[in-house]
Amino acid sequence: MAASREVIVRSKVGLHARPAALFIKTSGGFSARVTIENVTRGTKPVNARSILSVLSVGVRMDDHMRITADGMDEEAAVVALADLVNNNFGETE
Amino acid sequence: MSTRTIHGVGASAGIATGPVFRYEVREQVVERRHADDTAAEQGRLDAARAQAQAEIQALAAQARHDVGSSNASIFEAHALFLSDPELLEEVRTMIETQHVNADYAWKASMEQHAATLRALGDEYLAARASDVEDVAKRVIRILQGVEEQAAQLSEPSVIVATELTPSDTVTLDKRKVLAFCSARGGATSHVAILSKTLGIPAIVGLGAAADQLRNGMQVIVNGANGEIVIEPDEAAIASYRQQATALAHVQTEAQEKAREPAITADGKRVEVVANIGTPGEAPGTLVYGAEGVGLLRTEFLFLDRETAPDEDEQMAVYSAIMETMEQRPVVIRTLDIGGDKPASFLDMPNEMNPFLGVRGLRLSLAHPEMFQEQLRALLRAGAGHNLKIMFPMVATHEEVLAVREQIAVAKESLVSRDIAYAQQCEVGIMVEVPSAALMADVLADVVDFFSIGTNDLSQYTLAADRTNAAVAPLADALHPAVLRLIRMVIEAAHAHGKWVGLCGELAGNTLAAPVLLGLGLDEFSMSARSIPLVKQAIRRYTVAQAREIAQHALSLGDAGEVRVYLSTFSHAATSSEK
Repeated sequence: MAASREVIVRSKVGLHARPAALFIKTSGGFSARVTIENVTRGTKPVNARSILSVLSVGVRMDDHMRITADGMDEEAAVVALADLVNNNFGETE
Repeated sequence: MSTRTIHGVGASAGIATGPVFRYEVREQVVERRHADDTAAEQGRLDAARAQAQAEIQALAAQARHDVGSSNASIFEAHALFLSDPELLEEVRTMIETQHVNADYAWKASMEQHAATLRALGDEYLAARASDVEDVAKRVIRILQGVEEQAAQLSEPSVIVATELTPSDTVTLDKRKVLAFCSARGGATSHVAILSKTLGIPAIVGLGAAADQLRNGMQVIVNGANGEIVIEPDEAAIASYRQQATALAHVQTEAQEKAREPAITADGKRVEVVANIGTPGEAPGTLVYGAEGVGLLRTEFLFLDRETAPDEDEQMAVYSAIMETMEQRPVVIRTLDIGGDKPASFLDMPNEMNPFLGVRGLRLSLAHPEMFQEQLRALLRAGAGHNLKIMFPMVATHEEVLAVREQIAVAKESLVSRDIAYAQQCEVGIMVEVPSAALMADVLADVVDFFSIGTNDLSQYTLAADRTNAAVAPLADALHPAVLRLIRMVIEAAHAHGKWVGLCGELAGNTLAAPVLLGLGLDEFSMSARSIPLVKQAIRRYTVAQAREIAQHALSLGDAGEVRVYLSTFSHAATSSEK
């Protein structure tokens, strides 16, 4: 049973550059397998620990993104990653 | 072997002599081979990746030192690609199931990822695709046991390449680089700008002539006139040594007189000021004799960050520069991004043709809130100082009226908040779009000054993208078409009692000094380093002589003819100084 949550990316650069690097680093801290899909663009889920995969789903500002985790710490992983996105990657606008 | 001479475009002045070092990115041939021992292939790949990781870390450290941490962050992305789990899994599977060599599997997988990113049609992702290819090549080079070339620069050399990328120049040991020469590139290419910053002679746009330069050949490089003498005989060496001595003499003399004004032989004074890109450069410009700042680019405040700087942050930065320059004039240009310089915090749509898209003033007018913050910050910083505001990429009269409206709004807002600001602040525009040059007589009524941006004016006039190596040499500011537009702008402005500056690379070119002087240019704005020599060049001529030279230059057929014609004066001037 996987945990899942949908978030809206508010970062002006989308899930690129520093936000992407942070996201990948954070997802790497959990043992659960984490995937993301760009709901707005209707992409398939991709590995959230892979920079190439994350870039390839082209998440831009205001895109809806689904985070799914599957594994021992799936709930914690989804909460941490959703918080990261909802707090706009620690940026203050 | 006999002495012969080839010509390119002089991009950074100075004379160097030494052996040629061909710096070429080797074409990588990767063959598909059958591998029985797939574990061994996997091991080779892991070792190569570890070495690549170490190389990238060293590059990042070097780049932070040479060009600052924001430019260095690109190498952090390289490191992430190198350890991408999906990529590694794909490559591993390919080696295991298809029994292929690591080189082949790595290359195939990386190429596919680069193609995927490129296909998304996003400028940022397309740039990442180039990074993926860069990382792919690095690992393959290591797998093939080829040393990184830069490590082989055993003696000081003249670097010759088809094209030099910024990352190439970071890699090279600058203490061993006597000069840069490239087949491609124009006077405003990365290597040109970088070598000027580093004070290294450079010649670009050599074209096919570059093929004559082979490893180890002795050459003399003259970055001022774009000349390379191959295998010079004793007489040529002696002549160049003399020229180098004369040049050094001229430079010393110029530096001694740098802080004196630039006054022509018959007593006309022109203003010589500096172009700067960051506030830190301001104090240094005074050493070279800058009489003010003719162009302060404000992009540094906006790039590489995720939110736009607010009014107070900008105001603090502008004020600091005004304090440094005391009562000297400082022209500050509002944000000039778009095209080749996208901002991450603006949702800038992907444009087919960014140089003809929403950039410069067009972008500011499309984001009035951001524009207002900058205008208010500038007006506040100008209080009690000689600050002038300038707008980039103006194409129409309507845009200038819109700008004036925006300034009025900004002033009203400051008045309502009871904040002091520069009430008499001069307002000018960059002339870099041919339509603005052609309409200069009409625009002169609604501005206080013009500053001609010859880098963009050349590329728009000659329809040659200066970032496209194949056509960049065409975008030459010495082309008579560009010079004629400059004449048109100066005549129109003077008829309306307005002044004209020039802040493109052309202003810092000593060859062009008599032409610009002859056309009546009021203010020359350039990299600070070029100031002493340009002041000296101006001092050599009377206004009448300069007018005659300008008139003849404008009657010639192309940029090459203009350059040849003007270099006769530069030689005469150098030898008469002996």
